[in-house]
Amino acid sequence: MAAGRPGRALTMDGSWDAGAARIGPVAQPAPDTKVRGLVRRFGPTAVLDGLDIDIPAGRFVALLGRSGSGKTTLLRTLAGLDTAEQGEVILPPKRAVVFQEPRLMPWKRVWENVALGLPDHDARDRAELALREVELAHRMDAWPLTLSGGEAQRAGLARALVRDPDLLLLDEPFAALDALTRLRMQALVTALWKRHGMAALLVTHDVDEALLLADHAVVLQRGQIGLQLPIDLPRPRRHGTPAFAVLRGELLGSLGLSAEEAA
Amino acid sequence: MSEQVLNVAPPGAWRRGSTGIGAWLRRQEVSAPRLRGLGLRRFATPLGILILWQAASSSGVLPARAVPPPLAVVAAARDLLLSGALIHHLSVSLLRVAAGLAIAIAAGASLALAAGLSRLGEDLIDPPLQMARTLPFLALVPLFILWFGIGETPKVALVALGATFPIYLNLFAGIRGADPKLVEVAATLGLSRAGLIRHVVLPAALPHFLTGLRYAIGIAWLSLVVGEQINADSGIGYLMMDARDFLRTDIIMVGLAVYALLGLASDQAVRALERKALAWRPAARVGR
Repeated sequence: MAAGRPGRALTMDGSWDAGAARIGPVAQPAPDTKVRGLVRRFGPTAVLDGLDIDIPAGRFVALLGRSGSGKTTLLRTLAGLDTAEQGEVILPPKRAVVFQEPRLMPWKRVWENVALGLPDHDARDRAELALREVELAHRMDAWPLTLSGGEAQRAGLARALVRDPDLLLLDEPFAALDALTRLRMQALVTALWKRHGMAALLVTHDVDEALLLADHAVVLQRGQIGLQLPIDLPRPRRHGTPAFAVLRGELLGSLGLSAEEAA
Repeated sequence: MSEQVLNVAPPGAWRRGSTGIGAWLRRQEVSAPRLRGLGLRRFATPLGILILWQAASSSGVLPARAVPPPLAVVAAARDLLLSGALIHHLSVSLLRVAAGLAIAIAAGASLALAAGLSRLGEDLIDPPLQMARTLPFLALVPLFILWFGIGETPKVALVALGATFPIYLNLFAGIRGADPKLVEVAATLGLSRAGLIRHVVLPAALPHFLTGLRYAIGIAWLSLVVGEQINADSGIGYLMMDARDFLRTDIIMVGLAVYALLGLASDQAVRALERKALAWRPAARVGR
């Protein structure tokens, strides 16, 4: 289904931000995501404290940090679920979110969940294509509560993909999965990202996951960027190569851990 | 405010679960599954009571004037059926409950939607309803007779009033209880407010509405019993009060049995509705 879909922007506009939707058969490059001077307070503590960050179009950025470092708050701001007090955010028109829990509507069949919010006329066909991409087409008429954890998360991924996002926001989407399923999901997300070429922001606790998936790792500390690390490893990536270990040590160090402690 | 309404499990719910004491007891039975498998064992005690009852009546231990023997009740039921009286009174009672319930569903659901979907609606509607529901509504009978006379109106009104509260309380709680995480998803999918209500809030509230409906039906029959025993000239309750004047305990017993069967049948009807409307729930949780 990846087969280039010229004019895809036409069918998608209006679902989120009609004013900024691209128009015309030739897709223009989506704008980069830019965040400048973002401040968000919960009570007296500033969770985001003048944060600047860029997510260039088509790049995969992993966002790391300890609990309370503001990772999720940043993602929620980009998703439009949270409003910052100060700062400027420039976003591409089409964004989609995959949450840690699948968050499917249990009263809608899998394909209806994927198609929710799409224009009616070809919603089922588009949902089926997206489900085929995540290898879940055979379950499209199932009820969500009958899915396994991995299947449900793939349905959540399909629901994001079908919107053909310029920016895919991933909020610890693999954290609740078992180790084997997590590896398969990571491979799937990598493949989908390569095929579609959208920008992606992955919030994660897992240093290895960031190193396997992302072009950039960003470590948040007290609401600001603590470390920005390009990951120039060739893909497909493997654990345990020397270059991998060096980057791993660097990331763990900025999170306040030594590689031995994390082993 | 209405949590207690929601937390009361309908009768029989515990048997369906896969955990808890019910499931443990079921597992203990693997070694003796014969009668259980046929589903007959549950009828053993009621049947035994009936046999004992008949024996006590036949031997004169139970005076027939106070408690008629089961066979006499069956005979009375047959006579009432053949004369057409039972069907007549039954249809009158059914119509009263149907009319009252229809009003209660319309009123309870409208009020719950208005209160559940807007703060203004909640502030205007919820306080008076919360106050009114603490009133034992059956105590309104004298007032209803003064207001509505002694025809059909006070009876239907009593049913409608009593049944409105469980519909309102459960649906309101269901609307407000919609999972905020799913509401967030709706926002990221670009759903409008109308889309949010249609695709998320109302489906989330449906199980609560159906629970409310089951309670409402129970209350509807209760209200009917009370309503029909005062100034009625038809209906199952009238049949029983009329029988009292002639010391016909057998007919009173028939009336009781009819009420019980009606309650049972209407509860089963809602359960069937639940199974259909809530097909998305895993089998073990249907009926909870």
